[in-house]
Amino acid sequence: MANQLKWEGQQLATWYFTVAVVLFGAQLLMGLIAATQFLYPSFLFEIFDFSVARMVHINALVVWMVYAMVGAAYWLLPEETGIEVVGIKLAKLGFIVLTAAVTVVVLVYILVQIGPADETTIWFINEGREYIEAPRWADIGIAVVLVGFLGHVFATAIKGKRTGIVTVLMADMIALVGLYLCGMGFTDSISMDQFWWWWVIHLWVEATWEVLVGVFAAFGLIRIIGANRDIVEMWLWIEVAMLFGSGILGMGHHYFWIGTPEYWWEIGALFSALEPLPLVAMFIHVTYDWGKEQGIAKAEGRGSAIANTPALAWFFTNAFGNFLGAGIWGFFHTLPQVNIYTHGTQFTSAHGHLAFFGAYATILIGIFYIAVQGTNGIKTLKMTTDGKWAISLINIGVFGMTVALTVSGYGQVLVERAMMGATWEAFFVSQDALWFVQGLGWRLVMGVVTLAGFVFLVKDLLSTGKNTMHVK
Amino acid sequence: MNRNKKGGHNMSKRTVSVWTDNRFWVRSAAWVTGFAAMLLIWLTFDTLSQISMGNDEDLKNGIAKRVPGPTVINYKITYEMSDKRGHEVPVIGGKEKFFGKDDWSEEEARALLHLGKLGSQAKNCMNCHTLLGNGAYYAPDLTKAWLDPAWGPTGPYLGMTGKDTKEEAMAEFLQHPSQYPTHERMMPDLKITADEAKGLVAFLKHMSSIDTNGFPRNFGKMSTDENGGLTLREKRGAQ
Repeated sequence: MANQLKWEGQQLATWYFTVAVVLFGAQLLMGLIAATQFLYPSFLFEIFDFSVARMVHINALVVWMVYAMVGAAYWLLPEETGIEVVGIKLAKLGFIVLTAAVTVVVLVYILVQIGPADETTIWFINEGREYIEAPRWADIGIAVVLVGFLGHVFATAIKGKRTGIVTVLMADMIALVGLYLCGMGFTDSISMDQFWWWWVIHLWVEATWEVLVGVFAAFGLIRIIGANRDIVEMWLWIEVAMLFGSGILGMGHHYFWIGTPEYWWEIGALFSALEPLPLVAMFIHVTYDWGKEQGIAKAEGRGSAIANTPALAWFFTNAFGNFLGAGIWGFFHTLPQVNIYTHGTQFTSAHGHLAFFGAYATILIGIFYIAVQGTNGIKTLKMTTDGKWAISLINIGVFGMTVALTVSGYGQVLVERAMMGATWEAFFVSQDALWFVQGLGWRLVMGVVTLAGFVFLVKDLLSTGKNTMHVK
Repeated sequence: MNRNKKGGHNMSKRTVSVWTDNRFWVRSAAWVTGFAAMLLIWLTFDTLSQISMGNDEDLKNGIAKRVPGPTVINYKITYEMSDKRGHEVPVIGGKEKFFGKDDWSEEEARALLHLGKLGSQAKNCMNCHTLLGNGAYYAPDLTKAWLDPAWGPTGPYLGMTGKDTKEEAMAEFLQHPSQYPTHERMMPDLKITADEAKGLVAFLKHMSSIDTNGFPRNFGKMSTDENGGLTLREKRGAQ
């Protein structure tokens, strides 16, 4: 790839994006192994068990997204502030340290897998806590690198121009890094454990990450369609108010059944029911801005307002997918009256798949397209055939998986929870039910479709520089 | 909202109403976030005090804690409908032997629970099972596993493992899970030692005593454990 980048910060961003895409691929492969094991339990049994495949599947997910988010922050910082990232040499060292640590962690997950029931396992193999399994040595390393990253963001923002977008980014990053520390302790009480565990998982995924999506959408809309900064930044502040206003106390929906008091029913139900609202607002915002800028471009006889069609397409997927996956699928089972039956079933899994994809994967892929545009010095990036295959197959694949898991989830909930009372036998009866198995079969098929789309995506991103259809 | 022509250029300079003034939204965002965060922190203090683990004195004096102390392993635990609360709650009854004794001291029980909790993480239980409903969905929920009829007199495991008590059957299964398959989907051998298995069973028994606000729903309904084959509902009807 020809490198047309003016800023070293953006060069560093492309490193982060590259690792993110590799981990994205690893996530899909691990998902396929786990999905196969649901249908054929003897597949890799006692060699590479479901627990290992699933752990790497969800960890690769979290880490690729964090990589892409940090990369996106380094990408937008120089453009927003008008200066090079402060301490860029140190920032590059941080990337190398973090990537080396992630590689070791993943290798240990895959090769060592589990350890004896003592502190050495927690320190060096895995912590066995869903999503944040990283052993404690890596936890500390990640925290140090993230604090360093925070330092680069703040130093650059203070020295350069501080736009609204950068201000929100700064505030959100403090919360993001601070919250990670809540997930590092050990306690004998499983209730206390899960109470703090949610401070990381929920407040990352349903609050600080969503605000980052707002930041990237704001930055992207200015870059892609030349949206007006005043309007975009005003929307961003409205989104921050709505996201934090609903999301912080929306945490209550995770405190229904872990030993915590009953008042979380009301708090969780009320605030998590409000959580879809900012996602509606974000959808309206993206649609409105595109329509407006396109109208102005047309009136001025400029043709299209879009400087990067695939990025805008993925931003739209984000606006819609975030609302659908996080908003609708989340709301389905967020009331305690429903959640007491659906909690911890394939229904949760259906929501998880569409929400992580719709809310985060989509916008980060959009940012990847902005990065290949910048890296190759392209003025107008068009949608290629590969790009169309990528966005179509990935969307069909993930939405298909979600629908399939929802069908399985319904079956599981009715048989296991409603009819049979959630015992072990009830669990296994539900897992053998024909409609449940069919749903998981379609999930595997749709997983393969998603992987095929991913292959097109990688091909499209890598071939952008050579493709002559783009306007340089 | 936007009454400016030409896409709202210079909007910040030509503010036409408070709604199009960025400063209003910046302040709103700060106040809303601050208020929500303060409320969360206040509720956190209250919740932490309510879910702090109880101790042996509480158990001896019959004081119900949402999360009882580790010596709960010395007692019989059942899961019964509370008419007052409208859902099932764990009920701690009389003494019950656990691995041959019902006088585990506070220190011994705490050490056993500590080992079990560490084991649950070191063996990555949560990436197949759910604990308190959280985790993966490949294997049964463990929240009330201790009370599950599968491990009771009518379930398959006592006979399969050739053990006399639930805790011994569980410990044996945990050490050699693939020797006792009940379904095509099996638990792999995780190299769990005899001591670790004991700790894990204590962890499971302790978890079943946590007040989970009625989750999982209707769990007691199917229970045949110690009820002479009657479901709890039938038992209540007979009273």
